[in-house]
Amino acid sequence: MADGTSVPADLMGRAMSRARRSNGMQKFMRNRSTIAFLMALPLILLIFCLVLYPAVYAIYLAMLNKRMTQFVWFDNFVYLLNRNTFRLVIFQSCLFAVTAVILKALLGFMLAHLMHNISGRNQRIWRGLLLVPWVIPLALSTLTWWWMFDPSYSAFNWLLNRIGLDSVPWLGVGWTARACTILVNVWFGTPFFMIMYMAALKSVPEQLYEAADIDGASRLQKLFFVTLPMMRNIISITVLFSLIVTFADFDIVRILTAGGPQDMTHVFATYAFQVGIQSGDIPLGASISLFMLPILAVAAYFVLRGVNKRTQEIAA
Amino acid sequence: MKASGRLTRRNALKLGAATAALPLVHIRTAGAAGKLSFGFWDHWVPQGNDVMQKQVAAWADKNKVEVQCDFITTNGNKLLLTTAAEDQAKTGHDVVTFLQWDALNHADSLEPMDDVMKRLTDAYGPVNDICGYVGKAKDHWLGVPSSSGAQNKGPCGRISVLKDAAGLDVVAMFPARDEHTAAADNWTYEAMLKAAEACQKVGMTFGIGLGQTGDSVDTAGSMFAAFGAELVNAKGEIAIKSDNVRQVLEYGQKWVKFLPADAVSYDDASNNRALISGKSALIWNPPSAWAVAKRDAPAVAADCWTFPAPAGPKGRFMPYVPFFWGLWKFSKNKSAAKDLIEYLSQRPQVEARCTAVDGYDLPPFESMIDFPVWDNVGPPKGTVYNYPIRKSAQEKAHIAAFPAPPDIAVQIYNRATMPTMLAKLQSGQTIPQVIAWATNELEGFTR
Repeated sequence: MADGTSVPADLMGRAMSRARRSNGMQKFMRNRSTIAFLMALPLILLIFCLVLYPAVYAIYLAMLNKRMTQFVWFDNFVYLLNRNTFRLVIFQSCLFAVTAVILKALLGFMLAHLMHNISGRNQRIWRGLLLVPWVIPLALSTLTWWWMFDPSYSAFNWLLNRIGLDSVPWLGVGWTARACTILVNVWFGTPFFMIMYMAALKSVPEQLYEAADIDGASRLQKLFFVTLPMMRNIISITVLFSLIVTFADFDIVRILTAGGPQDMTHVFATYAFQVGIQSGDIPLGASISLFMLPILAVAAYFVLRGVNKRTQEIAA
Repeated sequence: MKASGRLTRRNALKLGAATAALPLVHIRTAGAAGKLSFGFWDHWVPQGNDVMQKQVAAWADKNKVEVQCDFITTNGNKLLLTTAAEDQAKTGHDVVTFLQWDALNHADSLEPMDDVMKRLTDAYGPVNDICGYVGKAKDHWLGVPSSSGAQNKGPCGRISVLKDAAGLDVVAMFPARDEHTAAADNWTYEAMLKAAEACQKVGMTFGIGLGQTGDSVDTAGSMFAAFGAELVNAKGEIAIKSDNVRQVLEYGQKWVKFLPADAVSYDDASNNRALISGKSALIWNPPSAWAVAKRDAPAVAADCWTFPAPAGPKGRFMPYVPFFWGLWKFSKNKSAAKDLIEYLSQRPQVEARCTAVDGYDLPPFESMIDFPVWDNVGPPKGTVYNYPIRKSAQEKAHIAAFPAPPDIAVQIYNRATMPTMLAKLQSGQTIPQVIAWATNELEGFTR
């Protein structure tokens, strides 16, 4: 075509291929999974940088010798398991986490029920007040507790003295100090359980209670056969989440007792800090902190398996 | 006519000539000799930071180096965490302050400071043995002992209470002059035990802890040393099953009865609070407790006297906490950093800082113990005269777990093995039980 309107064949081909490519790109971008991936990418990168990389690095560190010059595989773990103090730390960590989580779950459940039965504005006020411990930065609130336990200026001892009783060395005797650390953790963590359980309670369909009423179920029966089965998934996930956070707790023990008296309140995190950072044995510190991993992985496996099973049952 | 924006040959030549001439012009700016960042310890006494900043500014101005000063607190172990993070990341400050064992913990990452130390020791004489013990690795200095923060943690007692309740005239025993008195020889661990008992009877219990933190460890370490009780010897062998250890534990069994009921939960602030609240006759601490009392409880401060540690069968041992300025190997301006450290360690600078903080900072060089600040500070005048180790006191600087090899000693220190042994005695355990527990711990430390 010599009239000037003709397009050379190669140019045409290039334009078409560009159009095809752009079409492909548009399709790729329209793909929902791609969009989802791209939108989640910042979070994935964040998790990689702040969680995955440090975790892998910690595993690598845990397999080095003290001077970090030699690979010793699992020697640090074997060494730790042979130490009496570390066995005490395992016991204390489990006691601390399990007791605190059970108490938080029970108290949270009771408070959630109480809140659920308070109506209107009053519920908002009470809910707000009960959330205060969870909202205050933990390090600050623990310092306040520490002042209350302080031997010289303890508010508790002042009250005891006023009624003619002797002062109690709250943080100076092993089991009392253990109880104090658990108490502070329960005080801080209960509002989280309460708010989660309240949300779960609100999602239980009212018709189920009406049906139970028609069947003549008592309050206790409604609790055990309606409320609890409907809340099981939330309870499981809340307990798992809290178990992980409580096992990794550092602030409370560090501020209240620094692991004392006589190492009786050390948990994995505080002991890892003392050995790894303060005593300059970073590989051993990393090994101590990694002891939480198998315990929590097993717990997470069973809890999440139960949740999945129940979700599938409901879906079926 | 509009100027052309084209690059002509003439313009290019002009530009080339100007560029070539640039290096010939010496432009001297504030940062002409590079940059330096220095992580200082954040002093308890605010004037301590001010005077340091002024000294650094004077040096920086003279040497045309741009220096950034960061004052890092030890609260919440921030300084410890900073050094650990910088070592792992191989980036951060050029120079950082290291406390006690920290320089040894980072030995492989620190630049040897032998050249600076040689010039300083040539000028001012030797530093005390503890500086060498925790500041050297393979016979190389890992850092330069700094006066800023360095402290002794000996007894600080209430003059009137010790005199009235226990019959101890500490001012007469250790006057504010370098003079050995006959009464000073009577200041022994047995005398301290009797004084503790007498003061407890009048409700002025000694504020000494058996906790896990530095003050408890240092006091217990000094006591063990006075009895010659080494847990691990200089060769790294466990030496706990010795008569000396048994002897100190027998003493400890009596001693713990006169300590506060909550001694095991003491931290580094508990003893200060005990003194300032007016409820204690004696603590072991640097004069920071006295300085706070001067502000918050002047009557208590005016009744305080700092004096040497009691003597045991093997002598008097003063708990000493050294601080070091260490230069990272990754620093890009090592020569300037060394110059600055050397400048800050010279007598006029050390004296100016020491005076500004009422004598809290102890110079590492024994020749610098003649600053007049310790004679003049009060009330009462001379209260901290015996804070530095005086020749007449026949006392040695000490750090708990010395002379064990430092990599073992750091664990004995930071795991608070010695105060925990005493705490176990206080909880009713027997000496064999305590020794068995400590042996198991030490076997772990010496792996």
